[in-house]
Amino acid sequence: MAVTRIDCDIHPAVGGTRTTLLPYLSDHWKEQVASRAIDGLDLTSYPPSMPLSGRADWRPSNGTKPGSDLAMVQKGAFEQLGASHAILNVLYGAQAVFDAYMAADFCKAINDWIAAEWLSRDPRLRASIVVPMQDPDLAIEEIERRAGDVRFVSILVLAQGETLLGRRHFWPVYRLAEKYKLPLAIHAGTQYRQAPSSAGWPSHRYEYYFVEAQAFQAQILSLIYEGVFGKFPDLKVVLMESGVSWLPAFMWRANKTWRGVRVEVPWVEREPAAIIRDNFRVTMQPFDAPADTKSVEEIIDQIGSEEMFLFASDYPHWQFDGDDPIPPNLPKSIIDKMCVDNPLETFPRLSLAN
Amino acid sequence: MARHIVATTSEIPPGGNKVVDIAGRDIVVFHVNGEFFALLNRCPHEGAPLEKAACVARLTSPEPGVYERSRVGEMLRCPWHGWEFDMRNGQSWFDPNRVKIRSYPVAVERGDELQKGPYVAETFAVHVEDSYVIVEV
Repeated sequence: MAVTRIDCDIHPAVGGTRTTLLPYLSDHWKEQVASRAIDGLDLTSYPPSMPLSGRADWRPSNGTKPGSDLAMVQKGAFEQLGASHAILNVLYGAQAVFDAYMAADFCKAINDWIAAEWLSRDPRLRASIVVPMQDPDLAIEEIERRAGDVRFVSILVLAQGETLLGRRHFWPVYRLAEKYKLPLAIHAGTQYRQAPSSAGWPSHRYEYYFVEAQAFQAQILSLIYEGVFGKFPDLKVVLMESGVSWLPAFMWRANKTWRGVRVEVPWVEREPAAIIRDNFRVTMQPFDAPADTKSVEEIIDQIGSEEMFLFASDYPHWQFDGDDPIPPNLPKSIIDKMCVDNPLETFPRLSLAN
Repeated sequence: MARHIVATTSEIPPGGNKVVDIAGRDIVVFHVNGEFFALLNRCPHEGAPLEKAACVARLTSPEPGVYERSRVGEMLRCPWHGWEFDMRNGQSWFDPNRVKIRSYPVAVERGDELQKGPYVAETFAVHVEDSYVIVEV
């Protein structure tokens, strides 16, 4: 199948723990989810009924969750939006529950379900490995379990977890990520271990969605300043649904601050912006830029890399209307690169599977 | 370029500095590890007086948590925003080719050699038995 447009971020939905995942759970957890009535584990970040979680025309007419039906996803992501391939990123409460053993079994079940009922039914699909970051040891076990299946092309984590992602206890995850050429995909969303904003709890959904950019910024700084890229220079990190237009000012400030305080982190030997250009990638939906060509050009120019941008529709999330998922006013050179070359370079395992 | 006698060697203790005016230029002379270094007394960032800079080690690291110190006292850390400069050549740590402090050649000579000249010593009486710090500007 010709690779013409790789959609790096679409979202299949887990119908329910006691339904969709049941065949894939261990016997212990089968019994537990039944006897304890554990089911509605959707992330608070993406309540299924919220308009953002599913565009109206991408919602199944029978009221089930947007993204839960393979045929609909195929129709939307491939036929309507024009992707030749797409990467499935499951956002579900397995990534957020406090019980790490429950998380591990649920994540394993999700990955088994994705492999059996999505990847095996459509060769255009790839997936991120869902991992229990609540406990890095268990996350490693799950990555090892999937490493041999090249249809899994990245490792999915949430933007807001229990601790910042640069901390040393996560490094074994990054060692495997580098070894198996699995980029770390940080997707918007939170485990709600602390307030979504660094200054406290926002009152409104809009504030939460907006301040997620702060979380992405904190994760970028953490990964750089803790020295992750000195230790794992080939690790790629993909920011998903992070927004894009805040990057220029952030990169400039990161450089400026590093000049004065780099003695805190002498292992960071290059300007943070240079590390960002080399090791970070960003999906282009939503693309939160002003609606004129000149502003878009300036933002791209200030980011200073054409390699960082990855095409994504964010299906079925409601980021745009109509059939064209390419943000307006992007230069043609960026569109060409972000649809094929950049994804293939960022997710090396995309080239390994048929 | 003229040679200016700016201090006796005993006047600037190890780890200390002296600010001098040479032809209208504010220049700071540091004494560290037995050597003297002269730099424009002005951070290229926003003009902080470098006489107030901390004299620190050159700090590098092969990996997180490992701190390697070398050339102790030979790096300047600006008192205002922490930018680091190499006392020996004025180069900044973060962008040595583009951001640097103007530096000047320094020599230490004995009074009996200096008697021969040429040099500029507006405020100095040169004694044969002392050593002097000479800055070329």
